[in-house]
Amino acid sequence: MNSLIPLLVAAPLAGAALLLLGGRLFDRFGHWLATALAALSFGFGLALFSDMLGRPAEDRAVTEQLYTWIPVNGFQADIAFQLDQLSITFVLLITGVGTLIHLYSVGYMAHDERRRRFFAYLNLFLAAMLLLVLADNYLLLYFGWEGVGLASYLLIGFWQHKPSAATAAKKAFIVNRVGDMGLSIAIMLMFAEFGSFAFGPVLGTEGGAAGAASQASEGKLTAIGLMLLLAACGKSAQVPLQSWLGDAMEGPTPVSALIHAATMVTAGVYLIVRSGPVFNLAPDAQTAVVVVGAVTLLFGAIVGCAKDDIKKALAGSTMSQIGYMILAAGLGPIGYAFAIMHLVTHGFFKAGLFLGAGSVMHGMNDEVNMRHYGGLRKYMPITFVTFGLGYLAIIGFPGLSGFFSKDKIIDAAFAKGGTEGWILGLCTLLGAAITAFYMTRVMILTFFGEKRWQPDADGHDPHPHESPKTMTTPMILLAFGSVFAGGLFVLNNSFVNWLEPVTGHEEGNSPLSPLTVSVLATVCMLIGVAVSYLMYGRSGVPVVPPVGSPLTRAARRDLLQDDFNHAVLVRPGSALTAALVFFDSRGLDGFVNGLAATIGGISSRLRRIQNGYVRSYALSMFGGTLVLVAMTLLMRSV
Amino acid sequence: MNPVNYLYLSALLFTIGAAGVLVRRNAIVLFMCVELMLNASNLALVTFSRLHGNLDGQIIAFFTMVVAAAEVVVGLAIIVSIFRTRHSASVDDSNLMKL
Repeated sequence: MNSLIPLLVAAPLAGAALLLLGGRLFDRFGHWLATALAALSFGFGLALFSDMLGRPAEDRAVTEQLYTWIPVNGFQADIAFQLDQLSITFVLLITGVGTLIHLYSVGYMAHDERRRRFFAYLNLFLAAMLLLVLADNYLLLYFGWEGVGLASYLLIGFWQHKPSAATAAKKAFIVNRVGDMGLSIAIMLMFAEFGSFAFGPVLGTEGGAAGAASQASEGKLTAIGLMLLLAACGKSAQVPLQSWLGDAMEGPTPVSALIHAATMVTAGVYLIVRSGPVFNLAPDAQTAVVVVGAVTLLFGAIVGCAKDDIKKALAGSTMSQIGYMILAAGLGPIGYAFAIMHLVTHGFFKAGLFLGAGSVMHGMNDEVNMRHYGGLRKYMPITFVTFGLGYLAIIGFPGLSGFFSKDKIIDAAFAKGGTEGWILGLCTLLGAAITAFYMTRVMILTFFGEKRWQPDADGHDPHPHESPKTMTTPMILLAFGSVFAGGLFVLNNSFVNWLEPVTGHEEGNSPLSPLTVSVLATVCMLIGVAVSYLMYGRSGVPVVPPVGSPLTRAARRDLLQDDFNHAVLVRPGSALTAALVFFDSRGLDGFVNGLAATIGGISSRLRRIQNGYVRSYALSMFGGTLVLVAMTLLMRSV
Repeated sequence: MNPVNYLYLSALLFTIGAAGVLVRRNAIVLFMCVELMLNASNLALVTFSRLHGNLDGQIIAFFTMVVAAAEVVVGLAIIVSIFRTRHSASVDDSNLMKL
């Protein structure tokens, strides 16, 4: 059974290789092949999952070593996989949502002439992401980490003929580089400190020996933890490395759904939860994680409120929801399982929301401005219902997925205890209210109110229509997940019990009872919805956005993140480069060139001696001889 | 007769030769001046041989004569061939090898 694990990665990898190398041969059926391979990988995942369910909790984790990748004395990197409850959860999410989005893309990308390449990249992404979550050591994880970064870059810039897409891809890649640097430093620190970077020796095995991390000094663990946090910030678009996610929406919508909402951006959460044993012993690093999570959660929510571009509003929301997960992961064992739970439910409803947004764009001639939508519920009933269910799930409507998973995180935030707990709890509650506000805004602007459609560049009015079955089916299935996943997970506490052997779990002692928290969260949600309805639902929505308050204007510009980066990083960076270039060209080159010029000048003066007259040569010979004789005589007399 | 007088004569001849090399332009005259310098030094060598009472100087004088003879052969050949191509025996005209 374990030999299936490498096949999980191999299936989509083979798809990517075939589609990329096969050329035009695959143009006609390549997309179906890619979808089938993604589904095959999902099948393998299900088989492994049922196999794992059949074993008792303590020996569910298995490892499968393929071969030694880099064997050097004292340094051994293996291509080895570790499949435990945490990884299989990710595997099922990645391959499941991945397959649905492949299917959706068949419809969405039907008219794109580079469709084969698109599916190849999607398969490449699946392979890299599976490698990331299945690796049994940090180096292999890093390999997968870079792989998803590459796939993300390729897919954001898929419509590379648009300068904005090409720039966005570069931006995502460069910002991610900063985070990746953190991960590589963390791996180096681990190797220097523990002599290994495999999960077993560093973090300890499940129920077995404690890892090297448990004996290390707190300072070193804090350093490793902060570097891992930097990595997570880059990949998961957390403050301060959040700036790439909004621009990443330049990619095709299925990409936004799969990579920039459901799976890749949650890799940071996976990294932190996986490295739990390091963070548990480094409270300072945990505090940093919590702060990053709380700040991003509000940051993303505020940005989401002001965007008129439907995908960018959803991107702000993704950032904010991942903020929730990071915050939960920073709470330690009381939050790990809830972080992953929210991650999975978010994977369902956010993928569903993005696919819905894609469906709307598909029907509206790729219009993304919500102020040009309005009243679409009559024209796209399936999209309306599935998007609506995703909407209810994300705002935490009682009974739907988001309600359970978000409640648990709010609960855990309060359970942190002390002032800290109150601050975090209130942040999460505020976040819940803002989430309800901006999602209601998206909903009202898109599906309710009167039509505000604009004719396109050629003067044609858009004719909104429902999308084909290949697109609506995944949306319907994801809507099911959005509705029921959360309930299933909390039934008998099943999700927490499932993950507990890997992540550990502690019940916090919250100052508020779970019921109070639920009621508070629901009240916050209702306030958000009500405010949004009063602002957008009752009166018409202007097509031209009003000027708005300074906060709105700042939020439209992503809370000035780009201006900040430009002023703090780009300008000084350019100035430094200019100074270095100046020093290089004037200082170093100036010295070298000056030396050469001086010697050249002297030489060209000396050259005049060679005038071609034998007499003058003879004279210099005589002169030389005279000098020699004089010297000889002089030396003798001395 | 005092052998030192021969040295004075030698110095005089050498100076005449050297001055000739420096101031004359005709290649043949230049050549003769070089020969004059060589013979001046031969005279000095022989004189020293006499003064010191050994044969070293005389032997070196023979060497000088042999070298001078070989030099004349080569040198005259060069001068003749230059004269044939350039129709001039002036050393100032052969100044192509300057930078």
